[in-house]
Amino acid sequence: MITLAIGLSIVLLLVILFLLFRIGTLASIFRGSSQRAVGTTKTSNKVNSLLMLLFLIGGGAAFAWSFADAWDEMNQPLASVHGGWTDSLFWTTMIVIGIVFVITQILLFWYSYKYQHKDQKRAYYYPHNNKLEIVWTMIPAVVMAILVFAGWKTWANITSAAPADAVVIEVMGKQFSWLVRYPGADGKLGEANVHLIDATNEIGVDFSDPNSMDDFMPREIHVPKGKPVLLKIRSRDVIHSVFLPHFRVKMDAVPGMPTKFWFVPTKTTAEMRSETGNSEFNYELACTEICGRGHFAMRFILVVDEPEEYEEWVASQTPFIEQNPQLLTKFTQDTKDQVVLEKSAEEVKTEL
Amino acid sequence: MSSTDISLNKDVHHAHDEHDHHHDQNFFEKYIFSQDHKVIAKQFLFAGIFWGFIGGFLSIIFRLQLGWPEATFTFLEPILGGWIVNGKLDPEFYLALVTMHGTIMVFFVLTAGLSGTFSNFLIPLQIGARDMASGFMNMLSFWVFFLASVIMFMSLFIETGPAGGGWTVYPPLSALPQAISGSGLGMTLWLISMALFIVSQLLGGVNYITTVINLRTKGMSMTKLPLTIWAFFLTAILGLLSFPVLFSAALLLIFDRSFGTSFFLSDIYIAGEALANTGGSAILFQHLFWFLGHPEVYIVILPTFGIVSEVIATNSRKPIFGYRAMIGSMLGISLLSFVVWAHHMFVTGMNPFLGSVFMFLTLIIAVPSAVKVFNWLATLWRGNIRFTTAMMFAIAFVSLFISGGLTGIILGNSALDIQLHDTYFVIAHFHLVMGAAAFFGMFCGIYHWFPKMFGRMMDEKLGFVHFWLTFLSAYLVFMPMHYIGIAGFPRRYYSWTGFDAFNTFTDLNSFISIAAILGFTAQLIFLFNFIYSIFKGRRATANPWHSNTLEWTTPVNPGHGNWPGEIPTVYRWPYDYSKPGAAEDYIPQHVPFSQTQSSNLPYERDLE
Repeated sequence: MITLAIGLSIVLLLVILFLLFRIGTLASIFRGSSQRAVGTTKTSNKVNSLLMLLFLIGGGAAFAWSFADAWDEMNQPLASVHGGWTDSLFWTTMIVIGIVFVITQILLFWYSYKYQHKDQKRAYYYPHNNKLEIVWTMIPAVVMAILVFAGWKTWANITSAAPADAVVIEVMGKQFSWLVRYPGADGKLGEANVHLIDATNEIGVDFSDPNSMDDFMPREIHVPKGKPVLLKIRSRDVIHSVFLPHFRVKMDAVPGMPTKFWFVPTKTTAEMRSETGNSEFNYELACTEICGRGHFAMRFILVVDEPEEYEEWVASQTPFIEQNPQLLTKFTQDTKDQVVLEKSAEEVKTEL
Repeated sequence: MSSTDISLNKDVHHAHDEHDHHHDQNFFEKYIFSQDHKVIAKQFLFAGIFWGFIGGFLSIIFRLQLGWPEATFTFLEPILGGWIVNGKLDPEFYLALVTMHGTIMVFFVLTAGLSGTFSNFLIPLQIGARDMASGFMNMLSFWVFFLASVIMFMSLFIETGPAGGGWTVYPPLSALPQAISGSGLGMTLWLISMALFIVSQLLGGVNYITTVINLRTKGMSMTKLPLTIWAFFLTAILGLLSFPVLFSAALLLIFDRSFGTSFFLSDIYIAGEALANTGGSAILFQHLFWFLGHPEVYIVILPTFGIVSEVIATNSRKPIFGYRAMIGSMLGISLLSFVVWAHHMFVTGMNPFLGSVFMFLTLIIAVPSAVKVFNWLATLWRGNIRFTTAMMFAIAFVSLFISGGLTGIILGNSALDIQLHDTYFVIAHFHLVMGAAAFFGMFCGIYHWFPKMFGRMMDEKLGFVHFWLTFLSAYLVFMPMHYIGIAGFPRRYYSWTGFDAFNTFTDLNSFISIAAILGFTAQLIFLFNFIYSIFKGRRATANPWHSNTLEWTTPVNPGHGNWPGEIPTVYRWPYDYSKPGAAEDYIPQHVPFSQTQSSNLPYERDLE
């Protein structure tokens, strides 16, 4: 019944709208406005050009208000060194484009209002002015050059080689979670191979490699404050992307092509909790490359510790192979040979 | 030069003698498998509008999910059936929705619907040709596109769902049905459809280029061409050079999917087993895709540059400011569009040095784009502006193009792209600059050339209502998305509530969805106006906008061959508006200088 009523009222509404439209058309014929060239009728020109001006003023005010209102929410707390550089470059660029935005929009709508059609008026025949063209080609060119140089400098710093003493962490994306591996006391990650992956050994670590014996795989990432952290990023199925919004870190995880990103955290989780006044605050890792059904749910926690706390945390971790000693039985002499063979084959490939 | 063979005596007809059975063209030849560029243009237009509504509707469904992530959508069950599970939208279907929205809007509406309509319709009419260089190829172009459309449309209804790996279809996700159900039959259909689509684009593109080069009427030199034609010409060249690269990417992906090759696949463990594929590069696909993908956004926006320039000049009653600078900037943009593709890939692990190079090349594009905006502003300055609906859409186009274009300066900067890549900032940027702006350019073109297409006027009052609602909602939808993007909200997320960092802006997301629904509803006004005016609109005069270009010298309903008599000769550029000394405020291109002695400029006296 209700659907019928809604349907009927919609039909009625449409009929009324249609009648209004017909009446409007007939009225314009009566007034004779349909005899004039389109766009030269007085009222519609006045109304539309006034609306243009209103749009500029009202829209500008709404934009300014909503921008200010959203300011706190849109600025994610910052917790890395290079994030400071990119944030300041971002807002500097925003100011530059903001100035251009304001000037051009004002001119656009103001001209539309001011130069609306008048019967007795004639437009100014002004086909070109080479000087003007050169000026407004050069100005954006110079501004762009400055922005390019600023961008180059920042980009080069961010993508420079990680310091040798960086804490190395392997992050592997899979549908739909993250796997993390630390190199352990020796500071070296053991070899891994996609063919060794099974339900327990999710990263496919090769435990015939002595370097892998002390590798551990925690359930959350811990990093020390103030020390460089190098993420070695991989994927085992489709492309994912490591995104740490508070650290301004993003790098794709590509199957078959390891990637990396290094950064220096500047605030511990505890500091950030007191700063934001949110005792539940956690640094989060999200996926930003579409990867399937669970793309929106690849959440992982990252904790920034004071360096001492971090050392304690590392010391408290048990190597993965100690937790899962049954894995070792898989690595008989045969597989060792095979892995060695595969490795040498790979070397040949890279030489080629 | 097949078009010159068309016999005029046989073919002159008007829309009102549709039922003339003595005519030697039957219904199918005239309206279905027509080789007349005007009919083909209308076919592309109808198809584009159809796809526009489908694409828009899909976006409304996923906006419902994003605006009210906690709500239950049982009321959508009648349309979506099994894709609603316990009142919730299936997350994979959500991904399929965004994928199909992107594919449909970028390719089927803003490439085929836009270029297909206006290149076909305007090139012969504005350069003074009887038809396209090859009417038959032109017809094929539409029907191959139609086939592509049918296949893409079918894929919406299959059990495993349409393609769901994003409109960029990055492998391995798009290559492995185990990874997402949309990569099964849905992706196969997507690839077949796109392959056909590319064939259609190439057939069309070759035709546009050939026609512009060879079939210009007497006197129509390249520097007397309306900017629309320059824009369509360059668009066709871009398409011709870049679409084959997408074709190769699609072909290689088909091989990877169906024939066990490893072009894009390597070291993959999925669904409990390690795949044998090795040595492929997932990044290679992205390079191939974006080698088309970036020119593609200019394929979308260049035609609207032309349309908007033409409409602004006509309705400001002023010559377009800096005609040659406008052509130069379009040439510059076209050239640069081929060397910026990797700015979509700054954080894919590509060599950082390449990132620097592509940042530099990308930001250069801002220069010709800025020149275009300044020239449009200078054209409005001291004009005598007629607010036709088309003109309003053109002004709004410039506004949207500025708003969306400026943020490109931020995203093109690789250092800033780290944080913003794949966030709503990107969504806001490209929806403003190539989504909304291109749609506004398209509406601008439809309102402006409707009288020439159908011999009747669209209703201006309804046009104004349509315009203001659309303009308002375009900004209400996409401006707030910048805030969400600066906060780092990732795109293609079914819901953000799982993250503490993204658990904000819920009200703003509902607001955006409401604005989107408003914007979509406003399009129904357009649809009504469009259909109603085809049959019942006020009859148009031959030149209702007092415009200079050649299409307005044809009869109200131009027949096959466009001009009943001889094709007019062109003497002047198309922008002689409000020339001092002239009787009227416009002098059409076919008026010789000898007839306008009072308004001729000193250097034009020699041409008398």
